[in-house]
Amino acid sequence: MEVHGEIWTLKELFVYPNEYIYWSIQIVMYPFMTGLVAGAFVLSSLYHVFGIKELKDMAKFALVFSFALLFAAPMPIVLHLQYPFRGINVFLTPHFTSAIAAFGVVFFAYGAIVASEIWFFYRKHFVEVALPLKEKRDKTLLEWIRFIIFHTLTLGAYDISEESLKKDEKAIKILAGIGIPVACFLHGYAGFIFGSVKANALWMTPLMPVIFIMSAVVSGIALCMLTYIVVMEIRKVRLRSRRRPWMVSIEEVKGVEISVIRMTAKYLLVFMIFAITLELLDLIFRGYTAVKHWDILRTVIYGRDFTQIFILQYTFGNLLPFILFLLPRLSIRRAITGLLLVLMGVFMMRWNVVIGGQAFSLTLSGYMDYILPIVPHNWETFKEGIGGALGILIMPFVLFWIFSKIFPVFSSEESH
Amino acid sequence: MNQSRREFLKTGFKTILATGFSIGVFETLRPEVLAALKKEEGLRWAFVVDTTKCIGCGMCVKACKLENEIPYDVNVTRTWVERYVMTKDGRIYADSPKGARDGFIKNDPMGVTVKKEDIDKGFFVPKLCNQCENPPCVQVCPVGATYQTADGIVLVDRTWCIGCGYCIMACPYGVRFFHPVYRVAEKCNFCYHRIKKDMKPACVDACSFGARLIGNIRDPWDSVSRIIKTERTAVLKEEFGTKPHVFYLGLDSIVR
Amino acid sequence: MKGHVFRPLWVTLGLVGLIFIARYFIVPPDFGIGERGYMYGWYRKGNEEEWKAFKIKHNTMQYCKDCHPDQSKKIKASKHAKVQCENCHGPSVDHPEKPQKLNINRDRELCLRCHAYLPYRPARYAELPTGAITLKMQEPDQHNPGIECVTCHSVHDASFK
Repeated sequence: MEVHGEIWTLKELFVYPNEYIYWSIQIVMYPFMTGLVAGAFVLSSLYHVFGIKELKDMAKFALVFSFALLFAAPMPIVLHLQYPFRGINVFLTPHFTSAIAAFGVVFFAYGAIVASEIWFFYRKHFVEVALPLKEKRDKTLLEWIRFIIFHTLTLGAYDISEESLKKDEKAIKILAGIGIPVACFLHGYAGFIFGSVKANALWMTPLMPVIFIMSAVVSGIALCMLTYIVVMEIRKVRLRSRRRPWMVSIEEVKGVEISVIRMTAKYLLVFMIFAITLELLDLIFRGYTAVKHWDILRTVIYGRDFTQIFILQYTFGNLLPFILFLLPRLSIRRAITGLLLVLMGVFMMRWNVVIGGQAFSLTLSGYMDYILPIVPHNWETFKEGIGGALGILIMPFVLFWIFSKIFPVFSSEESH
Repeated sequence: MNQSRREFLKTGFKTILATGFSIGVFETLRPEVLAALKKEEGLRWAFVVDTTKCIGCGMCVKACKLENEIPYDVNVTRTWVERYVMTKDGRIYADSPKGARDGFIKNDPMGVTVKKEDIDKGFFVPKLCNQCENPPCVQVCPVGATYQTADGIVLVDRTWCIGCGYCIMACPYGVRFFHPVYRVAEKCNFCYHRIKKDMKPACVDACSFGARLIGNIRDPWDSVSRIIKTERTAVLKEEFGTKPHVFYLGLDSIVR
Repeated sequence: MKGHVFRPLWVTLGLVGLIFIARYFIVPPDFGIGERGYMYGWYRKGNEEEWKAFKIKHNTMQYCKDCHPDQSKKIKASKHAKVQCENCHGPSVDHPEKPQKLNINRDRELCLRCHAYLPYRPARYAELPTGAITLKMQEPDQHNPGIECVTCHSVHDASFK
């Protein structure tokens, strides 16, 4: 028999007997996924609220994608729980002095906002699908299912007059406006979960929520750009295989693609600068004030975790993509490389916070090493190993594929 | 007319009195008020650890694991004993193999044999839950599965804990862990089942050296409360503002 | 069709209502705010009783002495007066019913927990009513290694056999 966490923890020097790496890969995934949700939503809101026209195509796409991510974001925590089905207790008897309980409520509110915004956005489409089906007699089974789904989605609101669509647009604007602070709040809370743990010398800083929000936006934008590129490439392949005169030309798609990517990359750079500045400020401040726990933190940051922090996170995850995006005439290929590096960098930042925060003991005179379970030999090492993490990573893409069947994410381009 | 008016006043007065009285009774019987009354009665558990008396036999750890059904061979424990040895070259050796379940029977701190003539000082420090007045572990529980009783003991509700591990992260003392069998947060509770039956915690009973004492800090005549009031005691990691209620005699600055 | 703008809001509120209904059925009625307030006392009151009912395993010398008065008197008069029977005999639980026989630990390692010499082990023992004595400590590697202590020593009166 073993205690949870013992199997992937290696202790060194003086560590309290009960200390293990209790928060493992899934807790790394959790802020990473939440960050993607918040980031994707902020990106879509930049268009809706601030009217940044260049982001129009990206915004529509980002909204649906953030909805897909939304379902995947709480999954790491659920998988991590010792009793996943008791997770509902967070809503039944919430203890709001806990950041996790507050997160539950904010998350629910945020989900409602995103869902409502999508509803307003695609209501016209729902009605357009449902209305002919409604009037059609002797529907086939498939049509019945389709009708029921879309009829439910309309929520019974069949009015798509000019006037009511105007109302929808207004509602979208308001929701996107409320959504930005809620998205920041949501991810700020994820940062607060760590930043408020006073027992942990690495986590406890008021900067944590802000750092998390900035890197969240960075990762969200990066993922949206990347997925956008992938989807556009697929469309290009499809266009090549079956050309029709009324379809848009490949050159046109290419042109749209690169201009959207170049535009979005500028916003990515701005948020990256914010994120890096705050992270470095935190590091410099810790070193300068050098309070009691700095001795051990220094050995972790500059010694044991040097590769993860300075090579993988800062050099490959920040500096390199920064240069790639700054160089003139950004190409799609270069963008893909840069985006993958950015995502890796943000993931490493989460890793260095979550795992790095447990790399040293509460005794401040011992270390713990985390051995990521790769080959699972039971359910526990699967769900809290590389398998579970990859599963979580794939989930939003599968959901997005399903959603794109319901919402015409790319329709406007098809018709122009 | 006069009569009836008088009657009316009388009845009215009676009604007011009766209502007021019953409201008053209900008011006093309200749980919060009763609790406040009970509070004045005054019971708040506190613990004293005399590190100068501890010889590191680990009998307390053994007794605790058996008493509280913590699987004996799993490397977690509600209470443990640490060994500190400081040598003349300024090196500090600190360890607690298996939480000192089997005591310290060899001179091998951190696996190193230290010679008697090289040692400046060495001692043992028993650890257990501090039953903090401001327990950060309770503050961070998202579902209300861990809580503090009126007499100051922090308990875990095994039927309600979701197993998120936030409380384990929030405890600055490393007291909490996941129970290997029940898979929920687990911690020392001063043997709540024993102290509520006028017994002492298993670790206190098992200690032949008087290094562990438990008492009521609100009772001025209680022996533990006397020690805390009259002697030079210290608590662990005071800087976290947790207000621990395990008081140490002879605590050294090298203790973590 | 006038108020279609608020439909998502009604759906959301409906979900919130569902949570409240679920709460009514699932959350135990004694769940609430206790003496320590919402921050430290948000819990199910019944759990306190569950912990109080936890099984006691170590019944202490008080329990042993009723059936084993001789042994108990003997040890009370010895230098082992402060050593609990259950430290070596194991927890009594419901003895003599369950377990019928206790498992006595006669290992050398058990004695060494107190009697192994360590340079930093306090040698003064002041817990006896008869006054302070020196704690007997031996170098385990030099003092008859490999032989169980009880071969020569009597534990109950802390002397030689």
